[in-house]
Amino acid sequence: MYPNRFDYESPKSVEEAIAILDRSGGEAKVLSGGQSLIPMLKLRFAAPAMIVDINNIPGLDYHHVDDEGNLHIGALCRHVDLEESATLADTHPTLAAAAGLVSDPIVRTRGTFVGSVCHADPQGDWQATMLAQDGYVVAQGPNGRRNIDMRDFVLGPFVTALAYNEVAVEAVIPGANGTPRGGYLKLERRVGDFATASVAVSLDLDGDVIRKAGCALAGVGGRTIDANEAISCLVGKTLTEDSIDQASDAVAAVAEPRTDHRGSDAYKRHIVQTFVKRILTNLAQTEQKAA
Amino acid sequence: MALDELKIGGMGASRRRVEDNRFIRGKGKYIDDVVLPAMLHMEVLRSPVAHARIKSIDTSAAWEVPGVRLVLTGETMAARNLAWMPTLSYDTQAVIATDKVRFQGQEVAAVVADDPYIAKDACSKIVVEYEQLPAIVNPDQAKNSDAPLIRDDKVNQDSNKIFDWEIGDKEATDRAFAEADVVSSLDLHYPRSHPSPLEPCGSIADYDRATGKLTVYMTTQAPHIIRAAVAMVAELPEHQIRIISPDLGGGFGNKVPVYPGYVISILASILTERPVKWIEDKSGNLISTGFGRDVYLKGEMALRRDGKILGMRMHTTSDHGAFFADAQPTKFKIGLMHSTFACYDVPAAHLTSDGYYTNKAPGGVAYRCSFRVTEAMYFQERMIHAAANDLGMDQAEFRRVNLVKDDMFPYRTAFGFLTDSGQYAKCLDLGLEAIGYSSFKAEQEEARKRGKLLGIGISTMTEPLGAGNSREYDIIGIKMFDSAELRVHMTGKAILRTGAKTQGQGHETTWAQIVAHELGIPADDIVVEEGDTDTAPFGMGTYASRSTPVAGAAVAMVARKIRAKARKIAAHLLEVSEEDIEWELGRFYVRGNEERGVTIQDCALAAYSNVPDGLEPGLENNAYYDPPNLTWPFAAYICKVEVDPETGVWDVLKFVAVDDCGVRINPMVVEGQIMGGLTEAYAMANMQYITFDEEGNCIGANYIDYLLPTAWETPGFELHEVVTPCPHHPIGAKGIGECATVGGPAAFVNAVMSAIEHTGVRNVDMPLMPNRVFDAVRNGQDISGMPPVRVD
Amino acid sequence: MTSLYDEVQTPTDGVPTRRVTMTVNGEKRTVDVEPRLLLAHLLRQGMQLTGTHVGCDTTSCGACTVLLDGRPVKSCTMLAVQADGHDVETVEGMGSASELHPVQEGFKEEHGLQCGYCTPGMMLASKALLERNPDPTEDDVRWALSGNLCRCTGYQNIVKSVLWAAEKMRADKGEDA
Repeated sequence: MYPNRFDYESPKSVEEAIAILDRSGGEAKVLSGGQSLIPMLKLRFAAPAMIVDINNIPGLDYHHVDDEGNLHIGALCRHVDLEESATLADTHPTLAAAAGLVSDPIVRTRGTFVGSVCHADPQGDWQATMLAQDGYVVAQGPNGRRNIDMRDFVLGPFVTALAYNEVAVEAVIPGANGTPRGGYLKLERRVGDFATASVAVSLDLDGDVIRKAGCALAGVGGRTIDANEAISCLVGKTLTEDSIDQASDAVAAVAEPRTDHRGSDAYKRHIVQTFVKRILTNLAQTEQKAA
Repeated sequence: MALDELKIGGMGASRRRVEDNRFIRGKGKYIDDVVLPAMLHMEVLRSPVAHARIKSIDTSAAWEVPGVRLVLTGETMAARNLAWMPTLSYDTQAVIATDKVRFQGQEVAAVVADDPYIAKDACSKIVVEYEQLPAIVNPDQAKNSDAPLIRDDKVNQDSNKIFDWEIGDKEATDRAFAEADVVSSLDLHYPRSHPSPLEPCGSIADYDRATGKLTVYMTTQAPHIIRAAVAMVAELPEHQIRIISPDLGGGFGNKVPVYPGYVISILASILTERPVKWIEDKSGNLISTGFGRDVYLKGEMALRRDGKILGMRMHTTSDHGAFFADAQPTKFKIGLMHSTFACYDVPAAHLTSDGYYTNKAPGGVAYRCSFRVTEAMYFQERMIHAAANDLGMDQAEFRRVNLVKDDMFPYRTAFGFLTDSGQYAKCLDLGLEAIGYSSFKAEQEEARKRGKLLGIGISTMTEPLGAGNSREYDIIGIKMFDSAELRVHMTGKAILRTGAKTQGQGHETTWAQIVAHELGIPADDIVVEEGDTDTAPFGMGTYASRSTPVAGAAVAMVARKIRAKARKIAAHLLEVSEEDIEWELGRFYVRGNEERGVTIQDCALAAYSNVPDGLEPGLENNAYYDPPNLTWPFAAYICKVEVDPETGVWDVLKFVAVDDCGVRINPMVVEGQIMGGLTEAYAMANMQYITFDEEGNCIGANYIDYLLPTAWETPGFELHEVVTPCPHHPIGAKGIGECATVGGPAAFVNAVMSAIEHTGVRNVDMPLMPNRVFDAVRNGQDISGMPPVRVD
Repeated sequence: MTSLYDEVQTPTDGVPTRRVTMTVNGEKRTVDVEPRLLLAHLLRQGMQLTGTHVGCDTTSCGACTVLLDGRPVKSCTMLAVQADGHDVETVEGMGSASELHPVQEGFKEEHGLQCGYCTPGMMLASKALLERNPDPTEDDVRWALSGNLCRCTGYQNIVKSVLWAAEKMRADKGEDA
């Protein structure tokens, strides 16, 4: 309930933040939304010597789609900003589907998308959506900026590829070339629970033909599961009962669930399969209605 | 010209609550809001392991932290004979561990410092060396002859068994089974749960050396019991102990026991000569304080082919954790478990029971359940559900055949309880109508086409409330009466104090309504206080739904004593003899001459200025009420669910509650209690449980793992009312606080069982989490109990 | 209103503190705090605004909910220093000395509280909802309050309280339900 003592800095620019992190030699943690870090400080699971609070850096609270259709999410964009977006469902439906399922509504006013991704909790919702859509993190350090592909970003539970003197300034999720479709389903026993299993599916359609498909899973392994290759069996096809069955079987096969008090590994694998099927079936039915 | 009872806030009025005025302004005074001058803060260090010898404990680094005033270990407590204390079940419990820790979360040290941050810093610098021992996490393991002895501190304790107990007639029951056409049996586990009021426990101990008085602010539902317990444990004279229970953020039974933290804070105050505040965090509350349930229930029913129940056998095995710390009537080792089947006409029954120590938090406290009645009624309605299916009978019809009929009261149950009133069939019929029982089959068919499984579950029960009469009931020897003291001032306003202690039930509002009913004084003119042992008359506190039945009765009785005296004063003022005085709400008048009368306020003023010769002045009195019997509210809860067989997730489509709790003092408050109780029932059926892994690590020691439903999951409830007044209670009320928690879970579980019965599954033990329901359906097999979670 | 004095949180020797200024219930407050001090503790112990409650230690229960610049946040999961330059509203700031806020009235009218411990957080979260959505459905209310736990009421009357308040607020504005 009571954090350890720490030094505290509140830089007013990204450059200042980087300089402080650089001097700290790895003993500092970046604080954005704080909805993951502060609970860890309170339980004393984390005890950094210094906290670098980036909430007072102006110009980081944006989210917008650029001319090429790519979504840029600034480091201080809160979960609720995405949940309340009027346009996200049109451009990035997978994220739109996930937005309201992150934690609970009060945490969402404060927690940030980028912060959540940097926290790298294997059960994190946003990582799964980024992994399913070739997202990348833009990191800024003393030597300038670099893009880190989501696949290379998470090294292990709560460990990322960010150097100790780097700040993640934005996340980028590419847009679809054709028609974006997607879904996110999460089995939680109640709002705010960690997922028993969750599935992010993203499709890029050319008419009703799938040009690109992405999929990632959370809660069914020690890390976010990259199921992009498994779901690639949909590429070049349309959504039919057969193609949907094939895809859901393939994705379920790459899950790495563990038995625990939320369920057996077989159960969690079955949920993955069921959810993939439901997302795709729902998309197929929506397509038919639209047609 | 009697007053309009509803207008003055008498009985039956949905009077808006008095306590709300401060709560909605954020001006409640809960324990952590109380600040005393020079107050210090205490933090407890808890054991990370479930069963281990303490090899060493080094507190030197803790003492070095600036701002630390005191560090206490088991050794320092033992030097003052305070390392152990008695429990409310005649066992002993460690205050701070000395030789061994016996459950994960047990207290191993305490730090007192200038503020809680510093106290926590110092706690984390204490180094304890543990030598781990194998952990026992359920009674099966405890029974094993190879099992380590948990209570090696007790003389003459050579196993992990605590007690054996039995009640009922074995021979008659055996005969019933010999005659049976069908025997229906079921093995159930009611998982460990925790009352988890939103506010955790805490105390502020303030020992004044100059006066010798110890004042303790404490989150307690039973301040007078605590005063006696503190006197015994701390060896201080009872008249020099004052327990003040402030506003409580919920209780549900969790705030009845005496916790080590309270005792440690008292010693800390004596040693530091300053007030010491201890507020536990939610993890400490969940891992170490009084839990509920954790009982194995095995039952058999002897049935005649036409549906008549001939007899019932039951065996319970209860898990009490490391110390037997149940708060319950002495005579009954397993509480009122033998109230099971009380609403049915069962001629013969026999109950045997045993209890065990395990390496888990101590207790088995009454968690909103009137002493194990939740377990009794869950068992009952699950057995009834299974028996109806075994006979091939309709669920409602099977109950109708066996429910006690209206003309059978007073009815003596096979276990010796006397139920006195009810309209059981009427409640059931009302519920069936409201849920749409007759059209259910069609609904079920339609849903099956959509791939969804529909089910309906019924739970009917009567429960024993208002413990209890002094012939049979006591807690550590103290009889379970309750009290009320009423002082009417000269301007007709009044102050009422009782021995109960509200934790949200609305006593400040409802007790005044009883006085308004009896005396015609507007409820707004009556202030109600509870919780301070220096001012409140002696009572046994509020838990087990006993307040309306016992303290409420005392309130009515004291108001009647006041009215009897006022009558004498009225006769004096009206210059007639007492026999010529009539009463209507708010005034006395002369028989045959209604115009000539005096108000109760006139009598109040006269009590201080114009009393007749021979009568003492003043208008104040008290009453102590020993209830002649328990009260017996009845409920019929009916639930309709939709199960998704592909995920195991189930949703409540409709829930109907028909409650007969006798006369309702405040209908709005009664309904609030029912809805709150049904939500706890839903939570327990669905997600709320505590379990352990093989090493004794507690899963459910924080709100991440211990799941409480939010507004999003919680279903809506449709409430109905039947009123059968209690024949022996002064105002005909029966009590309601726990009925829904007691009867509710079986309605949810029976509904899910009904939805999946075509798979051959007879039982899935709670919690009916999606994975458990799914596994049952997929494999067509029962899911029993909660085996220790595998350690990965 | 400018504070006439600086409030000082007593530090222990040599421990660095930070001076921050925030507006609490419309009043400017300046405090010296240790960075690790949680906002909930500053409000409760530092400013004696004890209406904000602490009900858990895992950011799960919402009893500590306050409004930060009009948005509900869990004050136990914010550092006091992070409120520097911001507006904080606690339950004590709801309504005025003479008049209750319609949400407060609604909770009393519809029996939306029993023990009262979750109530300040519930009411502030409800107030924030109604300011963004003056005509919510029952589902909207349940969704918006799904970060606030209650153990006593079963939520049904809380929903009724919020809908009661919504109707009153619309009527006060001259809009029809």
